[in-house]
Amino acid sequence: MIGRRSFLVTTLMAFGFAFLYIPILSMIVFSFNESRLVTVWAGFSTKWYVELFQNEQIINAAKLSLRIAAINATGAVILGTLAGFALSRFRRFKGRTLMTGMTTAPLVMPEVITGLSMLLLFVAMEHMFGWPAGRGVTTITIAHITFSMAYVTVVIQSRLSTLDESLEEAAMDLGARPWKVFAVITLPIIFPAILAGWLLAFTLSWDDLVITSFVSGPGSSTLPLVIFSKVRLGVSPDINALATLMVAVVAIGIVSAGLYMQRQERRRERDVQAALAANQ
Amino acid sequence: MSAYEPRRRGVHPVLLAELLSWIRAFGPYRWASNRFRDWGVGGRTAVIGLPYLWLLLFFLIPFIIVLKISVSDIRLGMPPYEPLLHWVEHQVVTLRVNLGNYAFLFEDPLYRNAYLNSIFTAGASTILCLLIGYPMAYGIARTSPSWRNLLLMMVMLPFWTSFLLRVYAWIGILKNNGLINNVLMAMGVIDEPIVMLQTDFAVYVGIVYSYLPFMVLPLYANLEKMDITLLEAAADLGCHPVKAFLTITLPLSVPGIVAGSMLVFIPAVGEFVIPALLGGPDSLMIGRVLWEEFFHNRDWPVASAVAIAMLVLLVGPIMILQYNQAKQGGAGGVHR
Repeated sequence: MIGRRSFLVTTLMAFGFAFLYIPILSMIVFSFNESRLVTVWAGFSTKWYVELFQNEQIINAAKLSLRIAAINATGAVILGTLAGFALSRFRRFKGRTLMTGMTTAPLVMPEVITGLSMLLLFVAMEHMFGWPAGRGVTTITIAHITFSMAYVTVVIQSRLSTLDESLEEAAMDLGARPWKVFAVITLPIIFPAILAGWLLAFTLSWDDLVITSFVSGPGSSTLPLVIFSKVRLGVSPDINALATLMVAVVAIGIVSAGLYMQRQERRRERDVQAALAANQ
Repeated sequence: MSAYEPRRRGVHPVLLAELLSWIRAFGPYRWASNRFRDWGVGGRTAVIGLPYLWLLLFFLIPFIIVLKISVSDIRLGMPPYEPLLHWVEHQVVTLRVNLGNYAFLFEDPLYRNAYLNSIFTAGASTILCLLIGYPMAYGIARTSPSWRNLLLMMVMLPFWTSFLLRVYAWIGILKNNGLINNVLMAMGVIDEPIVMLQTDFAVYVGIVYSYLPFMVLPLYANLEKMDITLLEAAADLGCHPVKAFLTITLPLSVPGIVAGSMLVFIPAVGEFVIPALLGGPDSLMIGRVLWEEFFHNRDWPVASAVAIAMLVLLVGPIMILQYNQAKQGGAGGVHR
């Protein structure tokens, strides 16, 4: 059969998925392990979850990370939407090539380089203008916005490029001002993409270790910094519990997003069919 | 992303228009927008200018600073580098450029080895990613649509969970009393645990594991678009499936292979977390060297020189990626 999977491809695919999921599953399983020895099963227990929630250092770091991630995501969505809009709607302007480069380079730039360059900028700025004074939440947020807005730009740009421009043109022909067209036509249509961009930017910030290490200061330990310093000393079961909670949140989010998209798809198909039937 | 739907919207448009007119009626806003108009700054300029200025200030200028510091002398104090311009007698400006940091990188075998080792490790991991990722992408692209979404979701899920924790998971699997060794010893295959953690092997596993989604997704996007009728025609003409794959599918998927490989190779070269957590003391990679130079030796000029050297190495791959994406039409079809 053409276009169908062969037995070999199925086997290789299954192997690939096993490779992707065995580490995650092992973390989940051993987070419920009674023993401190992470790899020897000694009976079911939820004590590591209790210990996790009693660990003040981790809880505080998680709160800080949540705050930074939320501010970052909002800032990145605003700047990224503007950039994505500019790149897809304004075909030519001065320095367009440079802007394209600056919005795609952060996607692949090794984090150590971005982190180092950011820190050196902040040090130079402090030297010259006295701002930002020292490093902490502000510098972390600025650094995160800079690299995550590139991802938002890509998401928005690819959404706008598949959008039917005639809708916007029609609104413009009917006398709507550009800002109104954006607010009434474009924004509602690309809203799912904006939401996706927000979540992506949130995750990137929540997850970032390397860039944060460069630009953080005393008293601004985000969750990845705390995890990294803990993990360097060896495996600890409460980190397994933390990982399990994070996987659970992401899985719920992705599954519900998938179900929502599937429902939209079905609804659209039904609408198309209804429209076709009505026209006959 | 679903296409346009007139009846269901995320934000109520009338509400938004109302909000907008409120803002417009707001005095300071009117004043500011009139001033901007006087200067010839319209909405268009603002839309382009705001992200542009941000990126110039926080992305481009930092690289210029890195370049500058990489040719500075180290000094004690904060910031730990000498300024390039020296004011002599308030009249003459002398420029002191120190290329010694770069000479140091070339002479010291440590840096040379780290450099070559990074390229080799990233290259080999990219090939391994391709070998594992290609059948996955191919398989997903050829399943029924309902399964396809589920499988794609399963590829994306690890990507959305913490990178750090996914690397950490391998410590528990690879260490001497870890999962693999325990299972193998219980089965009686081995008597002594195999040392896997803190070896180059662990670094490969970590990189391949972490970057696999970056390989699978662009490959899938490419393979899914492929015209199946080409394969049907080949089969009708008596072509063996393997030959059809080698002469039709594989050449057509080259853009996907290039995009995926670059998306794995480029970040892998500068990887820090994986060699730091899974690698041994001698598995040197350039990202780790930069980190050590910066945080432990506090030698900012040398760290900057390492960063610039790494950038020079990556310019080629980044250009290939940009060119490949531009040819595919639109910058980001791949990252969704």
